[in-house]
Amino acid sequence: MKRFAAAIRMRCALLLTVAGTATAWAAPPTDSIDQRVLPCLSCHGERRVDLQEGYVPYLYGKPAGYLYNQLINYREARRRHRTMEYMVGHLSDEYLWEIARYFAERDLPYPAPAGEPVSEAQRARGRQLVREGDPARDIPACQSCHGERLTGVQPNTPSLLGLPRIYLMAQLGAWRVGTRRAAAPDCMHVIAERLSPQDVQAVAAWLAAQPVPADHAPAAEPVAEPPLECGSVALPRP
Amino acid sequence: MRRKLLSVLVLFGMLLSAVAAAASPEQIERGRYLARAGNCAGCHTAPGGADFAGGRAVHSPFGTFYAPNITADPDTGIGRWSVEQFRQALQRGRRPDGSALYPACPYPNFTRVHAADIDAIYAYLRSLPAVRQSNPPHDLATLASLRPLMRVWQWLYFSPGEFRPDPAKSERWNRGAYLVEGLGHCSACHAERNLFGAEDRESSRGGLVQGWYAPSLYTPAEAGLQGWPLERAAALLRHGKAGDASTMGPMADVVFNSLQYLDEADILAMAEYLRSLPERPAAAPGRRIRLSPQQREAALALGSKVYGEHCRDCHGEAAQGSEVAPRLAGNRVLTMDDRTNLVQIIRQGGYPPSTQGDPRPFGMPPFHALSERELDAVILYLREQPGNP
Repeated sequence: MKRFAAAIRMRCALLLTVAGTATAWAAPPTDSIDQRVLPCLSCHGERRVDLQEGYVPYLYGKPAGYLYNQLINYREARRRHRTMEYMVGHLSDEYLWEIARYFAERDLPYPAPAGEPVSEAQRARGRQLVREGDPARDIPACQSCHGERLTGVQPNTPSLLGLPRIYLMAQLGAWRVGTRRAAAPDCMHVIAERLSPQDVQAVAAWLAAQPVPADHAPAAEPVAEPPLECGSVALPRP
Repeated sequence: MRRKLLSVLVLFGMLLSAVAAAASPEQIERGRYLARAGNCAGCHTAPGGADFAGGRAVHSPFGTFYAPNITADPDTGIGRWSVEQFRQALQRGRRPDGSALYPACPYPNFTRVHAADIDAIYAYLRSLPAVRQSNPPHDLATLASLRPLMRVWQWLYFSPGEFRPDPAKSERWNRGAYLVEGLGHCSACHAERNLFGAEDRESSRGGLVQGWYAPSLYTPAEAGLQGWPLERAAALLRHGKAGDASTMGPMADVVFNSLQYLDEADILAMAEYLRSLPERPAAAPGRRIRLSPQQREAALALGSKVYGEHCRDCHGEAAQGSEVAPRLAGNRVLTMDDRTNLVQIIRQGGYPPSTQGDPRPFGMPPFHALSERELDAVILYLREQPGNP
């Protein structure tokens, strides 16, 4: 019950922020994708929910394949989130691909990272995992897949920057327990299982403290052969 | 002795697999279609789970049912069931051990389905990969957990029997009746249920499902299609949208996962039958809170403000609707007495299903943030618009 009340409180806080932004929409042309994504923009829009308040990630400029995979994963309940599952539950592959591209093709500046105090040891461990990984425990470096600049790699790997610490921790936790899954082989599940709780905290804290570069476009291709094979769903036929 | 028994078992197993192998591709294909029409996966495939391996929680006033695994796995599924036992389950609500099925599985509808169609579904399920998956036991209230009581329930409320066509009606009407009353199990959601969970077929109210109200099919004031042109009624079923009427919530799932895949002839048949259902007057409205003239005025002013801020851009100055959003004046979601769906749509928003007739539906943004007062006020305001009673 307590947990429920807390969830309600959080949701209310989150939504109050939405309400403030909802009136700011300029009416888009009617028969357009802009008009069609209005329900998404309630939370994911330009003047989006404060990321430190709730788990509402920024979608603009992320690789279209990544966004499409997430939409499909929500629809197929591989990735669990009540509102997202409900919103995309009966939309077709083609339509979800169009929605994914809408966000991928637009770009908006990111806010400055929120500084949160972390210990020197934690910072060092976080940096090490991101940049070098931990070969002894078979943990690849984040940058080996997400790009040297960590802004993601086309077509399916997302940026790791501009996300709050708590969101990153929640995602890694969700991968561990299976409430966030991807098409097989689910490489992030494998990696999340190898991370200790301290590693999760360190890596999330370090990533959340990094500024987002002005050019945060995803890299065209990975720097080297990715260390793990990652599954993704096939794109709808054009 | 044991060896003899073993060889008998092996022989029996071979015989069974021979029977299974005897299913023709046409029969399996037919079964696939029928399983779509019955939306078996709606309950028997869990979100993110393997096809027909069960596990989806179905909540009811009697507790939570977990849909069973109906793949061909011998231990956790129905791999040991004969086709005759499968028929007994769907047509008589009997499990192979003779005990009664809970009517969470809509066998009061499936009993109408012809044996040949049940056999085809059986053949189709047998053609799929067997999935070894045990599901949680049902979590039911004390009385409901006593399965033998279900025999009493069946004696009271269950009248088994295959569908018998009405010779006075057209072939199409009969096909529609067969699908709507049988496999389609529309009444499982759209009929009000009594205290014991049995459908009240005389009621002009619908049922509650997953937090939504499944409006009655017997009254044009709710979801009744009486008086609708056939094509329009068919479009709503098949495309999830017809003019200002769209399906949302659980019905959008039904269109997306089931109805959009049905043959046009079957959809037209269902539409014809639904249009012909005897009209019942709308149920007496529930009690409403009486407002003083001042309260009413204040609420209408607030409702008008909320409408202007959040709704007008899409739904129009006078709620007349636009290219992107349905007309609200006269819309049944507003005019019907039960406001459950109205609250759901305003609070949660959502999209009607993507279908051939409406592949890129416009959606409704969620308005979780409205206060209860604002929500009530905008509903009052909309219900007072011309065209709404």
